Amino acid sequence: MILIISTCKEKLHELEFVRPIENILKKNRISYLTKHYMILNKNDVNKADKIIICGTSLQDFDYVNHIDKFSWIKDINKPIFGICSGMQIIGLVNNRVEGKKIEIGFYKEKFSKNFLNIKENTEKEVYHLHNNYIDFSKLNDFEICSKSGRVSQAVKHKNKKIFGVLFHPEVRNKEIILNFASA
Amino acid sequence: MKLGLLFSGGKDSAYAGYLAKKYGHEISCLISIKSANPYSYMFHTPSIHLTETQAQVMNIPIIIKTTLGKKESELKDLKKAIKEAKEKHKIQGIITGAVGSVYQATRIQKICNELSLECFNPLWQKNQFELLENLIKNKFEVIVTGVFAYPLNEKWVGRKIDNSFISDMKKLNEKYKINPAGEGGEFETLVINCPLFKKPLKMIGKRVWSDDNEKSWRAEVILK
Repeated sequence: MILIISTCKEKLHELEFVRPIENILKKNRISYLTKHYMILNKNDVNKADKIIICGTSLQDFDYVNHIDKFSWIKDINKPIFGICSGMQIIGLVNNRVEGKKIEIGFYKEKFSKNFLNIKENTEKEVYHLHNNYIDFSKLNDFEICSKSGRVSQAVKHKNKKIFGVLFHPEVRNKEIILNFASA
Repeated sequence: MKLGLLFSGGKDSAYAGYLAKKYGHEISCLISIKSANPYSYMFHTPSIHLTETQAQVMNIPIIIKTTLGKKESELKDLKKAIKEAKEKHKIQGIITGAVGSVYQATRIQKICNELSLECFNPLWQKNQFELLENLIKNKFEVIVTGVFAYPLNEKWVGRKIDNSFISDMKKLNEKYKINPAGEGGEFETLVINCPLFKKPLKMIGKRVWSDDNEKSWRAEVILK
């Protein structure tokens, strides 16, 4: 079972940032359970085989005020995939701070390393929707698989199955979510 | 949260507004853009003048702005309208009916971000047949007011979205890849009744015409 974690302050935003991910899993007959991070408990995390932390809207930074709710990320050894704010949360629990970079719409990103079945040197058109980013280059446990300037676009942990993308794969790169689900 | 609904009069924006209300938000105003360009990439055009009538039956104030409909200048006009809604109605966010159009969604997201407004797209990435079925289930009465893609013809203009419409649309989707929700501009719709309306509107007449050698058809709808 995949645990989908919502980071949306407003429930209406879940239709935009969580529901599309649920639909991708549902269409591929992958079981999931969705919970908001504010009501997540230890049992939910323990029961999950894998975890997806979803993104939220451009103006929603509420998760930053509750980063302690994600401290379990450092303690568990389960596959985690962070999308946009989900990726930023992975950086924040590792004591990084957010930088400012507005990217909205389609961009081409090049993968310099293999990432969830995407071969190195592949270029992908991706959908961005963010005001902030985390520079993962200072985190020795992570390798950057795609970056534009200082902005880490896709990262993976060197020893654990922890992945993060700054873009929204549920819009144009659904295969990345399925690659994580089957990895 | 007090929200402004970017309203075209068609099914997607009306259904998005319905969901926002269902989730506990207040629709403080409607925002409609009348484009002089019938081929606008951004704005739904055929029955946009009827949004005022729809606003009356919803009992919600409406801000209507006119644009020449040139590709990027129409965005400046949209931004002015949203800014006015923010100042006048103290809205904290915008609701849109974007389903899959990155072109539209990206531009509205940018405007809202520049104005520090939330942007809600509750239909985003939704399965388009499911969307049509949801409209019927939630008692939306929707009619087609224009068709702009082969093989849609004048017979489709004035049709209601019902189970027979969905069944016919499925066949066209399989054979011609017609977008079943019409988001690619294949067809345009008008909501004549839905849970946001205090009373239904009734179509008492329509005039259907083609001005491009029958490649597309439009309807002028008379409502009561």
